[in-house]
This record gives sequence, C-alpha cells and structure tokens, in this order.
Amino acid sequence: MFSRAYKTAVTLPPLVWVAAFLLSPYLLMLCYSFWSVSAVQVIVHHWSLDNYRELLRVGVYWQTLFRSMWIAARVTIFSLLLGYPLAYFLSFHAGKRKDLFYQLVIIPLWVSYLVRAYAWKTILGSDGVLNTLLQYVHLTQHPLEFLLYSPFAVVLTLTHIYTPFTFLPIYAALEHIPRNLVEASHDLGATPGQTFWKIVFPLSIPGVLAGATFAFVLSLGDFLAPLLLGGPSGIMISNIVVSLFGAAYNWPLGAAISFCMLLLVGSLIFLSERLERKWSFS
Amino acid sequence: MELLVSGNRREATKGPRWLLAHAVAVFAFLYLPIAVLILYSFNGEGVGGFPPRHLTFDWYRVLFSDGPIWDSVWNSLHVAFAAMVISLAIGVPAALALDRAQFPGKALFRRLVLLPLILPGVITGLSLLMLFNAAAIKLSLLTIVLGHGTALISVATTEVFAGLQKLDRAQEEASLDLGANYWQTFWRVTMPNLKLSIIGAALLIFTLSMDEIAVSFFLIGRDNTLPLEIWGRLRRGITPEINAVSTIIFVFSLVAIVVWYRLRMRDGGTEAGMEVVEAVGGTAS
Repeated sequence: MFSRAYKTAVTLPPLVWVAAFLLSPYLLMLCYSFWSVSAVQVIVHHWSLDNYRELLRVGVYWQTLFRSMWIAARVTIFSLLLGYPLAYFLSFHAGKRKDLFYQLVIIPLWVSYLVRAYAWKTILGSDGVLNTLLQYVHLTQHPLEFLLYSPFAVVLTLTHIYTPFTFLPIYAALEHIPRNLVEASHDLGATPGQTFWKIVFPLSIPGVLAGATFAFVLSLGDFLAPLLLGGPSGIMISNIVVSLFGAAYNWPLGAAISFCMLLLVGSLIFLSERLERKWSFS
Repeated sequence: MELLVSGNRREATKGPRWLLAHAVAVFAFLYLPIAVLILYSFNGEGVGGFPPRHLTFDWYRVLFSDGPIWDSVWNSLHVAFAAMVISLAIGVPAALALDRAQFPGKALFRRLVLLPLILPGVITGLSLLMLFNAAAIKLSLLTIVLGHGTALISVATTEVFAGLQKLDRAQEEASLDLGANYWQTFWRVTMPNLKLSIIGAALLIFTLSMDEIAVSFFLIGRDNTLPLEIWGRLRRGITPEINAVSTIIFVFSLVAIVVWYRLRMRDGGTEAGMEVVEAVGGTAS
C-alpha cells in the first residue's frame, strides 16, 4: 500500500545517516588498526598486521583482557543471582504491587551511571560511610582498605548498575510464560520446586541469556568504574585503550584492541541470539 | 481437599518467604547508594563519615553560586535537546522503513542502529573520535550532539517501531483511499497514532543524553557537559556539592521517568521499556 516514493523517503535519510555515523566509524577503526605511529607521532598509513602481532606478543594485554572478562563474569553471575529471583517474585508473587515494584526496579536504571558510581565511592572509601560506620559500632578499629580501589569495588558497583539490566529481559520472559502451563503442572501434582525447574526455568532461559549478555558485554567494556573505584589492581581492557588514545598516543594499537573487543562482543551477541532461539518455545 | 486447594492458592499468591526477603534485600542494594547520596548532600562534614553531622543546606547554596556547574548544566540541556531532535528525525523514519520497506542490507541496518545500545560506550566514542579526526572536525558540543544523536537513534526506533506494531493500518489505507496524499496521511493519521511512543522516546532520549558520559568522554571539546564537569571535579577531590547537584539531577530524572512510564502504560499497557530491552536482547524477534 505504500508507494515507492514513500519507502524511499523513509529509508534513505536513516540509511545515509547510519552509513555516515555508524558504519564508517567502525570501518575507520578497522583501517586504523592496520596503520602505525611514526617516531614523531604521526599516523603512518602503511598497512600491516603489526598491531595484532603486538597484542598476541605482549602479556599485559592478555592479562588485562582476562581480568576484565573475570570481572565481567562475576558481575554477570551476581546480577543474575540478584535479578532472577526478583523477576520471579515480581512476575508470580507480587500481586497488585507488581506495577509499583516494576517502577522501583527501572528507576535506578535511568539514574546517572556516574552519580551511582560516585555514590559507591563515598560509601567504600577509607573515611567513607561504611568504614566510619563499622568503626562507630566498634566492629573494626581501622578502615578496611580492600573496599575501595580494588576489583571488589568495581564488581560491586557494576553489579549495582547492571542488575536492573539483567532483571528486565528475565522479567519479560517470565511474563510471557502462559499461566495455564504452571497451573496444569500444579494440578498434575508437581511440587512448586518441580514446576519451577521443569516448566518455568526452561521457558525463561532466553531472558536469562539476554540479561547475561547485557551484563557481561557492558561491564567488559567499562572504563569509568575502574578509573573511579578500581585502583591499579582494577584496571580493565578499556582503560588500556583509553590511555593508548590519550597520553600513550598510539591510536592504531588502541584501534586494534577496540576492534578485537568489537569482534568479541559481536560474537557473544550472535551466540546468545542463537541460543535464545534454540530455547524459545514459540 | 478443601484445605489443600486453599493451601496451594496461598502459595501461588504469596510465594516462599525467602523470595520476599530477597526482593527487599535487592531493593535495599539498589537504593542504598541513592539514599546515601541524598543524605550526605545535607551533611556539613563532607561526603563520608558516620553518623552524618551538622545537617545543612550550605552545599546547595554553594552549588547555586557555582558558575561552571550551571554553564555545564546549560550545555547539557542544549546537547540533550539537539540530540533528541536528531534521534527522532532519523529514528522515526528508520522505524517506518523497518516496518514498511524492503531494501538490501535491511538486517545489517537494523543491527547497526541497535548496536550502540549494547556496545560499550568506549567503542562508539572512539570510533566517532576517529571519524571526526579524519574529517578534521574540531571537537565541541556539536560533536557530542552528533554522538548522542546517533547512539540514541536506537531508542527512538525501537519505541516507535513498537508503536507501529499496534497501529491499525486500515486507518492509513482509508486516508489514502479518500484522496489524502502520503504527506497528509503521515501527519494526520500516522503521527497522531504514534504520539505517545514519540513523546516517550523523546523523554527517554533527553534523560539518557543528560546523563551520558562514556561517549561524551572522547568527544568533548572546550565546554563541559554536566557529567563531564562532575567527572573533572571527582578527580580533584570531592565535596557534598557533587551530592547536591546529583540529588537535583536525580529528582529531575525521577520526574521524567515517572511521566514516561505513565505514558507507556497508557499506550497499550505493556511494561514500559520492554521494547528497547527486547529489541536489544533479541527476545522480541
């Protein structure tokens, strides 16, 4: 029913914009990753795989990548442990207050990331709220130093930030489960535990996968929480990229790392979508 | 039998007690930092220290006479407004295109539009930095506007696309049959039907842009947006003035979210925000 002119009018401007500001920057990043920097800090447009060889050769990149993945994995697990039961509670047991609870979960989601990371910093610091509270009630004599400037602080803050992200798709998946399936299972004599593990949980797996992907990918690439709360032992892969684009001035090497991250993230999303489709019942 | 049924029913509504306890604990965890933040904005003794002492409005007074902060707030408002205009101007047609047109590369296009939502900000920010550098565009608030505008197209597209799924095509057909041209039909039939989706998307984009830092971090010129101004101060040493300004942002975000939520609930009653999440998570398709 829509004419060719209509379709062109709605298709062309977004296509051009997306090509200019989304596709071309990623392609440029790919190009940069094959270039290099001369001794006088000029980008040399000479194509080679040297940056990627450098990444394979130098241990610190690998170590930092693995540390970032380990931090992201912990954030993912904790977000699931916090988010799944909450989503289950809201979907099946919250009754009339469901709507209110749902709003309470999404409010922190849209509260500034920076503000929340900063709030954790004021809680965890050596003269922060938590340490002074512990000393006030005489549980500790000295500030606990591991609370701030540690991977612990990064994991805690990122878990706080990504729990609502993990909650949302799980909740959506649980809401889509036909309630008569659950009732049928009860009527046929299954215990609540059996009903959960045999009916509810398998049907919620696509949501779990989507939530886990969110938490893992977004925390893997985070650089602000490590800068603010991580200290030297909490440095993550994006911090290396940021310093390569800043003081260290090696854009091509930074681009190579970014492109590897892009590939890693892309394949994780692809994999998770494949698995979601496999597990979805419709 | 009677007893058994009622027992089952009670279980179905209330659930095990530990689930409720867990939910309360998660909410406490989610709101603890926000509560601390607000409480210490009134603390005379600084950002830490228990118990809070000398409750005062001084930090708000300091804040209101702090020129650079208000300059950055003004910059952020400009950026958020401009980003909102761009995201809608591109995102609404993109949703129409995804809903109604077939074109080569459609699947890739859809993915590209959604990518900035799930991609870490560092990649989006740096790739745009390289583009502006290659095009010899000087970094300024304009580059941040372009960055936010592009990254947030995803929000406009997903919200409006969801609105289009609920739209009754017959109305548009009738309008066309009765002699209105496409332009008239678009403005008089399609747009009014999408009004709530578009207002909802606009609010969301505005709020997200006001708070955005990861992409702005790389595209900043001489003038700071509010989050970057706060960031700069965090590195220099902190006072409850930061808590005060954060509290004010929190209140405004809260209002925007509640308004947005009401709009989404009015518009079909699905859970607000689900469109964005499902589109990204892939569970919708």
